Amino acid sequence: MTSKGIVEGWDRAQMAQRAALDIQDGAYVNLGIGIPEMVAGFVPAGREVIYHTENGLLGMGPTPEPGQENQELINAGKKPVTAISGACYFHHADSFMMIRGRHIDVCVLGAMQVSKDGDLANWSTGAPDAIPAVGGAMDLVAGVKTIYVITQHITKKGDSKIVENCTYPLTGKGVVNRIYTNLAVIDVNQDGLMLRELAPGITLEFVKEKTDATLNIHPDLR
Amino acid sequence: MIDKQINSVAQAVADIKDGSTIMIGGFGEAGSPIELIHALIDQGAKNLTVVSNNTGSGHVGLAALINNKQVSKMICSFPKSANSKVFPELYKKGQIELELVPQGTLAERIRAGGAGIPAFYTATSVNTTLAEGKEIREFDGQIYVMEHGIKADYSLVKCKAGDRYGNLIYNKTARNFGPIMCTAAETSIVQAEKLLELGAIDPEHVVTPGIFVKRLIIVPNPAAESQLVSEDRRYP
Repeated sequence: MTSKGIVEGWDRAQMAQRAALDIQDGAYVNLGIGIPEMVAGFVPAGREVIYHTENGLLGMGPTPEPGQENQELINAGKKPVTAISGACYFHHADSFMMIRGRHIDVCVLGAMQVSKDGDLANWSTGAPDAIPAVGGAMDLVAGVKTIYVITQHITKKGDSKIVENCTYPLTGKGVVNRIYTNLAVIDVNQDGLMLRELAPGITLEFVKEKTDATLNIHPDLR
Repeated sequence: MIDKQINSVAQAVADIKDGSTIMIGGFGEAGSPIELIHALIDQGAKNLTVVSNNTGSGHVGLAALINNKQVSKMICSFPKSANSKVFPELYKKGQIELELVPQGTLAERIRAGGAGIPAFYTATSVNTTLAEGKEIREFDGQIYVMEHGIKADYSLVKCKAGDRYGNLIYNKTARNFGPIMCTAAETSIVQAEKLLELGAIDPEHVVTPGIFVKRLIIVPNPAAESQLVSEDRRYP
């Protein structure tokens, strides 16, 4: 581990794989851009999961074969996707009715910061010269039943992304249920953060040192 | 006799006045009515308020309309993307106003506008900077923020096919904002790839009922924005 180190513990695919274990059979799931998108590839066999993409598709399938892309069949990241048998298309108000009306079971998102109370910052640095762009992030955290965050534990500069209080503008307050980082799995509950699992080769002391928030330790910490 | 067909995109946008509010469909390029937007550039109306999820790519379509200094204000959820250059430049120079709205709130505000609902409450954006200055109210122990419906003078929408009554069907995720924007504009202007006979669309499969459509223009082979951008094409 270097002083800036961010590559120890789980890699991106392993973080997605760990989160995928918590996606239940029959769930309606919305996956954010980046590592969250990779979760779909790791859901254990035998579980039937329906993926929602907020631009208007329920039953999103994998990336099409080269040459099969259709620019009118895309995901929320504007990348070509496919539709599974049994998929359906709908307009934006219906799509966000699914989100805001609490019909989607799980959303997996990236983060810039998560606080001990489950506050999430993932849409803006608040820098004065930044072009603000929010998309559907605030709708997802306000409306989806369970919010999972996948993120590197620390930034490239070495700052903890798990904090007492977010310094970046909030996406939502008290919205995150569980955090998967490259170092650990952490639950957010009424008493704050609860460390549940450590990545292979990662010690409790190391995670505590890299976390700028109080961590409660689960009695069955793995 | 009812026939909503208009013969040309130029004729379809001819009466749009300076200062109009215009909803433009599309999520990125999917569903973006490029030919109608280019006709609006030719037409030249200025000081427009545009309601659209994004701000366009490259120098065609919505980005070209903005680049042509016809838009004074954007109401949108995600004003930047990989190929969006025009809006960010003008915004940084303070030459265009931005009202940033969460995507679902944007969709619901348009839906409300079309449904005659002046305002509604939502949990989205509560406790964030986007709720600042807005009315907050508690229902059943939960905090909500009040948002206003949006109406427009015109909407520009792209779809797959329509009939002379204005019944429409769409193509895949290009449907996005089209159906709700048709409902929320005084005059909805739709470009379709194909004209169908009455009855050709199964009534069970009509997505936008014709009552929400004022003008229909057939554009058989619409341009693909990403292709124009990759060729670095510019409009005009």
